[in-house]
Amino acid sequence: MAKKLINVTVNGKSEERAVEPRTLLVHFLREDLNLTGAHIGCETSHCGACTVDLDGKSVKSCTHLAVQCDGATVTTVEGLADKGVLHAVQEGFYKEHGLQCGFCTPGMLVRAYRFLQENPNPTEDEIRVGMSGNLCRCTGYQNIVKAVQFAARKLQAATAA
Amino acid sequence: MSAVIQSPEDREASLAGIGASRLRKEDARFIQGKGNYVDDIKMPGMLHMDIVRSPIAHGRIKRINKEAALAIPGVRAVLTADDLKPLKLHWMPTLAGDVAAVLADEKVHFQMQEVAVVIADDRYIAADGVEAVEVEYEELPVVIDPYAALASDAPVLREDLAGKTAGAHGPRDHHNHIFTWEAGDRAAADAAFAAAPIKVEQHMHYPRVHPCPLETCGCVASFDPIRGDLTTYITSQAPHVVRTVVSMLSGIPESKVRIVSPDIGGGFGNKVGIYPGYVCAIVSSIVLGRPVKWVEDRIENISSTAFARDYHMDGELAATEDGKILGLRVNVLADHGAFDACADPTKFPAGLFHICSGSYDIGAAHCSVKGVYTNKAPGGVAYRCSFRVTEAVYLIERMVDVLAQRLNIDKAEIRRRNFIRKEQFPYTSPFGFEYDSGDYHTALQKALDAVDYPALRAEQAAKRADPNSPTLMGIGLVSFTEVVGAGPSKMCDILGVGMFDSCEIRIHPTGSAIARMGTITQGQGHQTTYAQIIATELGIPSEVIQVEEGDTSTAPYGLGTYGSRSTPVAGAAIAMAARKIHAKARKIAAHMLEVSEADLDWEVDRFKVRGDDSRFKTMADVAWQSYHQPPAGLEPGLEAVHYYDPPNFTYPFGMYLCVVDIDRATGESKVRRFYALDDCGTRINPMIIEGQIHGGLTEGFAVAMGQQMPFDAQGNLMGNTLMDYFLPTAVETPKWETDYTVTPSPHHPLGAKGVAESPHVGSIPTFTSAVVDAFAHVGVTHLDMPHTSFRVWQALREHGLAL
Repeated sequence: MAKKLINVTVNGKSEERAVEPRTLLVHFLREDLNLTGAHIGCETSHCGACTVDLDGKSVKSCTHLAVQCDGATVTTVEGLADKGVLHAVQEGFYKEHGLQCGFCTPGMLVRAYRFLQENPNPTEDEIRVGMSGNLCRCTGYQNIVKAVQFAARKLQAATAA
Repeated sequence: MSAVIQSPEDREASLAGIGASRLRKEDARFIQGKGNYVDDIKMPGMLHMDIVRSPIAHGRIKRINKEAALAIPGVRAVLTADDLKPLKLHWMPTLAGDVAAVLADEKVHFQMQEVAVVIADDRYIAADGVEAVEVEYEELPVVIDPYAALASDAPVLREDLAGKTAGAHGPRDHHNHIFTWEAGDRAAADAAFAAAPIKVEQHMHYPRVHPCPLETCGCVASFDPIRGDLTTYITSQAPHVVRTVVSMLSGIPESKVRIVSPDIGGGFGNKVGIYPGYVCAIVSSIVLGRPVKWVEDRIENISSTAFARDYHMDGELAATEDGKILGLRVNVLADHGAFDACADPTKFPAGLFHICSGSYDIGAAHCSVKGVYTNKAPGGVAYRCSFRVTEAVYLIERMVDVLAQRLNIDKAEIRRRNFIRKEQFPYTSPFGFEYDSGDYHTALQKALDAVDYPALRAEQAAKRADPNSPTLMGIGLVSFTEVVGAGPSKMCDILGVGMFDSCEIRIHPTGSAIARMGTITQGQGHQTTYAQIIATELGIPSEVIQVEEGDTSTAPYGLGTYGSRSTPVAGAAIAMAARKIHAKARKIAAHMLEVSEADLDWEVDRFKVRGDDSRFKTMADVAWQSYHQPPAGLEPGLEAVHYYDPPNFTYPFGMYLCVVDIDRATGESKVRRFYALDDCGTRINPMIIEGQIHGGLTEGFAVAMGQQMPFDAQGNLMGNTLMDYFLPTAVETPKWETDYTVTPSPHHPLGAKGVAESPHVGSIPTFTSAVVDAFAHVGVTHLDMPHTSFRVWQALREHGLAL
């Protein structure tokens, strides 16, 4: 199948690759760029394990074509930590026991990263709605809510300082 | 040396041992996208496999044409049953003593059954190949209803079993009959019923559901044609058993088979069995001499890998007029699908269903389970439970509620009257289980006090008195007992291998340690909690203890992680291995301190000379000595292996209480409150226990309130994506209140009982109990799951309660 050249900025790095037009974004990230943080859980946009940040929006990369991302900026879970320092959402999931098997976690983190920019001071109900595009089979969400609250507090404190 | 003198308490705290809510060692890789799941594994020259599946539930394969698929550039091979026949791999044995087709051999028995595999350069080309394989079928009549399966003129599903009048579990009296299994004492139960003034009965269906872990099943098989060895990375909860089965099937010596379970994205019983996809990927790798990856998609996962439950149950209780239960009788029709592939210990075709006398001192009991074939996918796994315990707990908890309603006795009171009393433990149940320990009365009272039960009942009475109340209020109560930690090898085996588990611990010269285990974590946090056990046993900080599992080439043989067996069995193996090391360390310490062993006291992390606090050797000191210059007569080194064969199961229990408010206009059930008190004996990591309970309650909520796998008359599964199959989001999921009591197991070295499955087992009947309770005042004794808004709304309409 004829390939198309695309250029995508992923985690701050410009990546140029020739891809088949049918290549899904999640496969481009996982297979071509070896960024295996985003996972595939359902292929129907329901589970959110494949969530990445695309030009400032959370998207399910299992139902997005790589060619649609030509010229775009993508952040994956691998891009959240800054020079070895964990992002507040990563720290929150760790400290509040917001993960168990870890399979949903990259998608959860990337979604929480965007959600807290959309709503920096959310209520618990707003967190539950804001994170509802991401399914978790292990935690029952209660600690995920706490993890997002932890991150919100930490980010708020950093903004205030 | 200017050492700061630390108190024993401070030193103990710094170990982060048993009882510490230690943060998880696993998390660093997962939160940075550095987990290593099967689909993350890439090998040089790796090919991809995809599966051609049957669109119909029952039919003969007339013809398979591979030509168009093979013509696609990048397609390397297409394999069918005919290609597997010379290798005798077109059928494989199941864990339940039946056989299952690897690739359909002349006939398909369920929709989405594996018919052929396509191996290609990448997953897209493999999918193209699947589309291009042409299969012609002749449709046959379909059997979906398990009762209809036993009609004398029902279609014959398993032609391969023609003439076989007995299966692995006794006689077969019909062509679609698999087994009939009984436990208890039928005559005694019948006598109890004949003499009892009160009898109640209830029919209930526990629907077919699917464990649906977020990661689907898959593997990467790599056969090295030069060395003749096979490495397979696989989503397995039992990698050692997989190695044994692969060796038996392939003829490759077990020493040349390496099975690795890397990070596993949830299992919940779904990843216990051996699926055709694994076998085909292995065969493909052997045939092509290249690594082959197969990862199923979600539709394949729900449609074809192991389901759970599907028990049609009839329960009966006999009792006195004041509610003392005298007898229990249970009859179950179990829909096993096309092949009997239940994952149970060999001797128990209905698992441990005979725990169905529950937490109650019932004089006489009998149960009978009949398994039948239908045109559905095989399975019958323990979905976050010990084998069929979820079904058993549902049955008895529902029956006790039914009896309470009949006698107009409160649910809590009837349980109090029938509980096994604390002083009766160890208690032998009418089915022969020996319950290790329990204190049900104390736990129940704690639960009732925590929620102010009388106030809830008063509120409910007020709502019932108000005809204009927009909601119905229901209060669910369950007091369950589980049986986990399979199991004593005299009773429990998988394919003949006893269900022990194992641990190997090595203390390094500088005092850090590695432990390798026969189990495999799928989110339970073994790398964190196992280290805590060693920390407490040996006085080494858990931070410097590495735990490895899942690689059969390095880990000692174990039966794996399911049925809440990791802590009861492997956790005990850890303690026993550590105690062997401790015994040797004591000898070395005595030698170093020039005293006899009897003069030493152990304190947190050191051996002290009794009466002289200044003379001691820490475990780290001893470790160095053991490699440097061990005492005469002792081998160098400090390590031990222990294979632990438990003397009994463990019996965790809990008291769960749920309040639902049902919208009389829409049928929506809102869980206002859910209180879960669990007693899992000794608690190793309370943070992880609470997390496990949250997760189990949420999976229980999913089962009770929405999960089902409905089939139409043609055998089409009406809902095999996450669009239709209910996995709750954060919005639907209730908030959980957790609590506990501690009743240690007397036979477990640590007193621990296992916990991860209790909340699933216990919560499901609690939700049903609550929903039914909302209708109890109009005489409803039972409503089948799932309690979806539509089904509840139908019940509202039927009983004149809809607004």
